[in-house]
Amino acid sequence: MQQEAKLLNSRQMAQFVAQGYLRLDGLVPSEINTAVMQEIDAGTIHGAPAGTPLSQCYSGSAIRQMLDLPEIQGLIHSLVGQDPLFDHDAVHVREPMQGKAQGLHADSIIDPRTQDFDIQIMYFPHDVPLEMGGTLLLPGSHFRKVNEMDIARYQNMAGQIPMVCSAGSILVLHHGIWHCGRQNRTDRRRYMFKVRLNPQEPQVRLWDLSDLEAGYDAHQEIFAGKGHENDIQTILAKSEPWFENASGRLEIVNRIKMWRFITNDQNFDVHYWLTRLENMPSRG
Amino acid sequence: MSNYRQKILILYLGSSALDSDVKGWTLYDGTGENAHTTGDSFEPPYKTGLDALKEGWRVIQFPQLNPPYPGEELSTSFMKYEYIFEKIVEV
Repeated sequence: MQQEAKLLNSRQMAQFVAQGYLRLDGLVPSEINTAVMQEIDAGTIHGAPAGTPLSQCYSGSAIRQMLDLPEIQGLIHSLVGQDPLFDHDAVHVREPMQGKAQGLHADSIIDPRTQDFDIQIMYFPHDVPLEMGGTLLLPGSHFRKVNEMDIARYQNMAGQIPMVCSAGSILVLHHGIWHCGRQNRTDRRRYMFKVRLNPQEPQVRLWDLSDLEAGYDAHQEIFAGKGHENDIQTILAKSEPWFENASGRLEIVNRIKMWRFITNDQNFDVHYWLTRLENMPSRG
Repeated sequence: MSNYRQKILILYLGSSALDSDVKGWTLYDGTGENAHTTGDSFEPPYKTGLDALKEGWRVIQFPQLNPPYPGEELSTSFMKYEYIFEKIVEV
């Protein structure tokens, strides 16, 4: 019997809004990892036509077992709802001793959506040491509007993260995140299973809201230099090492807008960035 | 064929000032000695753009400063401060 989904908490959601990803290291049990590797080798992983409810996909397979884990169900429910639509899947293979990495890119095509978002779950069924590469991702890049490989000449960015992980690790990404397959310098193939999911319900207040304290959204003193607790506003205000001085401020505004969307709270703000712009007494 | 080859360094800086911090970096080596690729280093080759000049790199492109399109003032896209440098080396 399927266990109850373990929904994300508000700080995890804020982390996702701020950085465009969450990682769950070593989550998937080894028996499922082994079974998925066998399915990959046998070529028996089959998705479904795009737009099929995820609940109708992968019946009886090890991929289904992975997706049915309470933590995976919880992150799916929290981010894209109870039964999102299957978009597509892929087994990504990086061949041994590659001379070149994949170019940095955002998946699919340029996506003008400013609120609704897809997620991509990346599943690493075997250990990935640094010399094997790991998927490279750039935290906080998900709001940047680019068209796929337009950014392929960005070789290295401060704060980039190589997905070095143990077997059974999971990455969940906002659709806009910049990423690529790093070079595999080992003599073994590297595998990663990816599935993209589309929401079919409003992505509003879908997670475990019990830790969202009253007053968490109260305006705080700006540039006070105080070491605030790891609260929602602090998480959303944290700069990434690659942010330019000026555009980095706009990224925080992008986060504020996304948090307003997923909480349905149009007054939420961080550091007064949007409230200041919205203050137009002349309009009555 | 000439005995000279071009090396290209692209630095993405924190502001339009050449002496601001490096946020991203790219290298192409026309000598063929090095094959740089995505995600191959985690520390920038220089702290600032000016530091690259001090090491003999010549700037061949400054980024233009373009105003945002009306209505798009808050949107973000490519890295804005892309400086391109070159070195000519004898092989």
